[in-house]
Parts: sequence; C-alpha cells; structure tokens
Amino acid sequence: MNFPLENPGILFLLLAGALFGYFIESGGLSSPRKLTAQFALRDWTVFRVMFTAIVVAGIGLWLFDVAGWLRFDALKIPTLFFWAMALGGALLGAGMAIGGYCPGTSVVALFSGRLDALFFMFGMMIGMAVFAVSYDSLQVLYQTGKGPAAQTLAGLTGWPTWLFLLILAGLAWGGFRLGTRFEARRGGVISARDLAGSGD
Amino acid sequence: MTERKPQDFLPPLAAGVGLGLTLMAMFLFTGHGLGASGFFTNVVLWFSNSVAPDWTEMNSYLGNYLGAGHPLNSWLSWELAGAAIGGLAGSLIARRFRFKIERGPRTSAGARMGFAVGGGLLSGFGASLAGGCTSSMGLSGGATLAVAAFVFLIAFFAAGVLVSALTGRIWQ
Repeated sequence: MNFPLENPGILFLLLAGALFGYFIESGGLSSPRKLTAQFALRDWTVFRVMFTAIVVAGIGLWLFDVAGWLRFDALKIPTLFFWAMALGGALLGAGMAIGGYCPGTSVVALFSGRLDALFFMFGMMIGMAVFAVSYDSLQVLYQTGKGPAAQTLAGLTGWPTWLFLLILAGLAWGGFRLGTRFEARRGGVISARDLAGSGD
Repeated sequence: MTERKPQDFLPPLAAGVGLGLTLMAMFLFTGHGLGASGFFTNVVLWFSNSVAPDWTEMNSYLGNYLGAGHPLNSWLSWELAGAAIGGLAGSLIARRFRFKIERGPRTSAGARMGFAVGGGLLSGFGASLAGGCTSSMGLSGGATLAVAAFVFLIAFFAAGVLVSALTGRIWQ
C-alpha cells in the first residue's frame, strides 16, 4: 500500500463528505445551542467529539505510518504562523460564541433546517472579503511568529509521536471527567428533544 | 404533542470515533484532511472575479488563488455537497429536521439573525487569517499533531469561553 493516493475522485469526496456531515449532525454539532453550550461549559459534547476524532485519526495515521503504508511527510501539515493562527483561532471562537457556528457546522446546520445558518454564511463571506481588502496591511502580523514548515509536536520537541498520542488520549480522558462534573453543575447536556421544543 | 419525537443524538464518543475514521480515510485517500472555510473563500473569489476581474487579479490575497481553474471546481465543493447530503439524510432519518431560526430563549429571531451575521463576519475574517477553520486547521491539523493546530485550538476554546462569559445571554 502506498498512501496517500493521488486522485480521490468525486465519488470518494462525496462519500467522505456525507460521513462528515452525518457525524456532525448526529453528534449534535449542527445545533448552535449545543455548540455555544460548550463555551458556557454546560455541555461538553463539542470537546468530546473533536478530541475523540483527533485522537482516533491521529492514532490511525500513526499506525499506517509505522506499518510503512503511508508517506507521512506527503500529508498536508499546516505551518505555524503564531499570531495569525492564535488571533484567527480566537476570532473563530468569538464568532462561534456570538454567531453560533463555525464554517463547517453552518453548512450541516442549514441542511438540517436551520435558516439562521444562511445569515452566518453571509457574514462569513463579508468577513473574508474584508480580509482580502486589508491583506496588505496585515502582512506584518501575518509574517511574525512564523515557525518551521509543517512542524509537528514530535518535530518541535524531538519526542516520539506515540508519546504525544498517549498524552492527548490522557488529556481527553481527563477533559471528559472534568466535563461530566461541569455538566452536573450547569444544567447538563442539551438533548434533541430539548431542541425540538424550542425556537420556531 | 402529536409530532413524532426526534431520536436523541449519538453518544459523543461514537460520533467522535466515526468522525475520526472519516478524517483518517480522507487523509489516506487525498493527502489532506476535511475542510470548510476554503469553500467560502472560493465563493468570494468566484464572485469577486465575476464582478471585478481586474481588481481581483490585482488583490494580493485573492490574486494568489486565481489561475487554478474554476474556483468552485475544487475538492471542497464536492466534500461539502456530501456534508450537506449527510446532514440532511441524518436529520431526516432521526426525525430531527426542523425549519427554524435556532436561538436562545431570550433572543428574538431578528436579533438572532443580526448576531449570526456579526459572528459570521468574525469567523470569516478569522478563518482567512488563520488559513483554515475548526475543520481544516483544528481537526485535520490536530490529527497530524501539527504545532499550528494546537495553537489554533487553544486560542479557539479560550476565546470562545471568554466571549461566551460576556455574551452568554444570547444563548442561555
């Protein structure tokens, strides 16, 4: 085996996308009330789903790499631009706390009937246009804090990848327990029935 | 209460394992992970290039993306078309599909639409600045253990909790 493959084809993209949308929706992450309840520390579903997905995919890719079936350095690994990513990430967090979505969840939300997602998408494209117009004046910010190309945690520290996967799994486990304690104190997980009984 | 009751969501661990395996398959078959914000950048690029082609070519951000074929003929368009189908099918099958303006109990529909535009604006600017969104930078970058992804994720959750402490009334 020689992963990654070169030409995935439209059918694969549609299928992978469908699974992406299915698990977002059936996990409850197309509901802005559930998404924002994470930031209120009331419902830890977002943390649980995201952290589990990162650990599962991370372990899977590592196993394929160790088995010699995957050219890991051929994968798309983002390069750090510290201030751009810290500020950009913070703006996406703020945008979700106020607007209820991130880009991907807004798509799935619209197709589960949430018309507010259209307004979010509209705002998002205005924000991108504003960025394009102001790109030149953001160059300094963008270029400061640039890290080595495609650096991973293993590359940064020299520690083995499996150790970071173990640490992440441990952090996930600790986070899940912490989440359960917060959920008990702050009103708890929002269920599909809670959502069906609210709004329009 | 004659309406058929919705099925409850999958347990978060199950949804997370499913999403993680989907993400892994995406990396194996395409070399990159899942994404979303790039599609909206492509829509902005396509629109800008349709109404003001000269300006678009001159713009140092959008100009970079020109020349690689039609902006909407990208893997992102197919993946998100799939995501739309998956979300629609999943919500219909589980009887969770509802046309609505989802909002907090103390927020009017009009205010909700304003907050959605405002929050979207921050998200669009933020995704362009970070070079990715929660899916492409957080999830996909995180699965490759990229340093960039963890800087992004920590900032995302920290800012979300902070802003939510100030604006929580919108939702709670």
